[in-house]
Amino acid sequence: MRVRRDLVWIPVFAVLVAFSVPWPLWGVDRVVAGLPAWIWWHVGWLGLCSIAFRSFVRSGAWERGMGLDAPGGTGGTEASTRGGDRR
Amino acid sequence: MTVSIGLGVVVGYLLVALAVGLFAYRLTETTAEDYYLANRSIGTVVLLFTTFATLLSAFTFFGGPNLAYAAGPEWLIVMGTLDGVLFAVLWYVIGYKQWLIGDRRGYVTLGEMLGDRFGSPALRALVAGISLLWLFPYVMLQQMGAGEALVGLTGGAVPYWGGAALITAFMIAYVTLAGLRGVAWTDTIQGLFMLSVVWVAAVWVVSAVGGVGAATGSMVAARPEFGSFGGGLYTPGFIVSTAITIAFGVTMFPQINQRFFVAESETVLKRSFALWPVLVLLLFVPAFLLGAWAVGMPVDVPEGANVLPVVLNEYTPTWFAALVIAGAMAAMMSSSDSMLLSGSSYFTRDLYRPFVAPGASARREAWVARAGVVVFATLAFLASLLRPGTLIEVGDTAFSGFALLSLPTVCALYWDRTTRDGMVVGIVVPQAAYLLVVLSSVLPVVLTLPRTVALAGSGGWDVALGLMVLSAVLTVGVSLLTAPTAESDASRFAVAGD
Repeated sequence: MRVRRDLVWIPVFAVLVAFSVPWPLWGVDRVVAGLPAWIWWHVGWLGLCSIAFRSFVRSGAWERGMGLDAPGGTGGTEASTRGGDRR
Repeated sequence: MTVSIGLGVVVGYLLVALAVGLFAYRLTETTAEDYYLANRSIGTVVLLFTTFATLLSAFTFFGGPNLAYAAGPEWLIVMGTLDGVLFAVLWYVIGYKQWLIGDRRGYVTLGEMLGDRFGSPALRALVAGISLLWLFPYVMLQQMGAGEALVGLTGGAVPYWGGAALITAFMIAYVTLAGLRGVAWTDTIQGLFMLSVVWVAAVWVVSAVGGVGAATGSMVAARPEFGSFGGGLYTPGFIVSTAITIAFGVTMFPQINQRFFVAESETVLKRSFALWPVLVLLLFVPAFLLGAWAVGMPVDVPEGANVLPVVLNEYTPTWFAALVIAGAMAAMMSSSDSMLLSGSSYFTRDLYRPFVAPGASARREAWVARAGVVVFATLAFLASLLRPGTLIEVGDTAFSGFALLSLPTVCALYWDRTTRDGMVVGIVVPQAAYLLVVLSSVLPVVLTLPRTVALAGSGGWDVALGLMVLSAVLTVGVSLLTAPTAESDASRFAVAGD
């Protein structure tokens, strides 16, 4: 069932979306390692998003967010996600 | 000679894709669940790539590099943000919820799901009709992209209409023969193929021009504003409204939305969700940077041509350039196949069966679906000959039209108090307003309405963004003012504790 600390994912997702656009580097034209610095920001940020999404799934917040029981906070295996845990 | 090599590679590749589809067809059962959803048995890799490949279209391969070439590499940021991050979040918020509901109640289309929830066949038909309306320009976009690609590859020996006709013929052959299992299989192969080949292309071109630093150096030398973030086309208003309308629009695309019903288990959805940002980046970085770097290369991109084929023709052998174009066309074909297939299921299940022939046999329904695909693809082909805008403009129009469906759908998914009347008003009013804006720019008889609204210092904001807000306000407001109808049942969307 839903737990209060899962609510932290709402601002986390908001920040992840908002700063995928490198707003702090607006107008900056520095080139780093062959590419504009703001492209590196974006590449790094999307990597970060992937890690954050993975921990969202693994923490069990994925199920709890929909009001379901989490499969023991392990992120689930094939056996635990087909049917059993969701009923 | 080089023209025939190029054409040979393209046609050969398309034939291989068709053969895979036919093989999959032999495995297909004749039920609607199997034809449209491959019996809800799609695994992680296939789901990931089939969704990925349906996002991969002329919009990405040709429209994206063209825009990066014309306006700067910031398009990478716009697409990366909307596809890699915002769409991933919506994948959970809309997609996972729909999967849970669909898994419990056996829905196949968005219209069917909403129509059942509110006990309203009219709502079901409305959602299907609007979806088919906006699907039209997006199918047309693939045909435009293919036409332009073959002109670029063959230096004009194959005319624009020839390329568009070729892909239309393959699309029809493929989708009428194979069904979703076939489409999903080739999507996976094509997704992997395009991902590899775009990187090979980037490495090849970059090494020819002396490395990444040199490529960026000559890009900045030719167009100094490309090096700094923002400016020109890329105002905050453009970036934010494009990212939001496209990301929300993508979730309501029939072929993407129907994917939300096909996953075998939620493990598949979870893995796809976490891998999404990285996968998207892997494709967009080389494709869009090649487009932006091209401004610093001694290549001549004719008016109306795609920049990617021109660059490849300059720096790589003909067979390789042809292979990339073939891969892109095949990916566009599978995008279009998915669209046509989903469109045909919307047509038969939500319009034909409930309203025209309730007693139609499955066999008859399958034939109606295929005939619908042929008519739809042919009309889109004819419209593509008019070339009503750039690839990005046509695509963005379609995305925005779909985006206007998204917030009423979210209301229905999460708020039990949503009423049928709230849904109908929240969908019809913004759609009518947007359609008027779009048509006013095409038809000469009415005053052209502005597509963007300028806000102090932040550039033009897409009116579709304002209409999205309106759709949410109307859905909530009218729902509060009206009572749920006797036929509606919020418990049909309940997923917890049953």
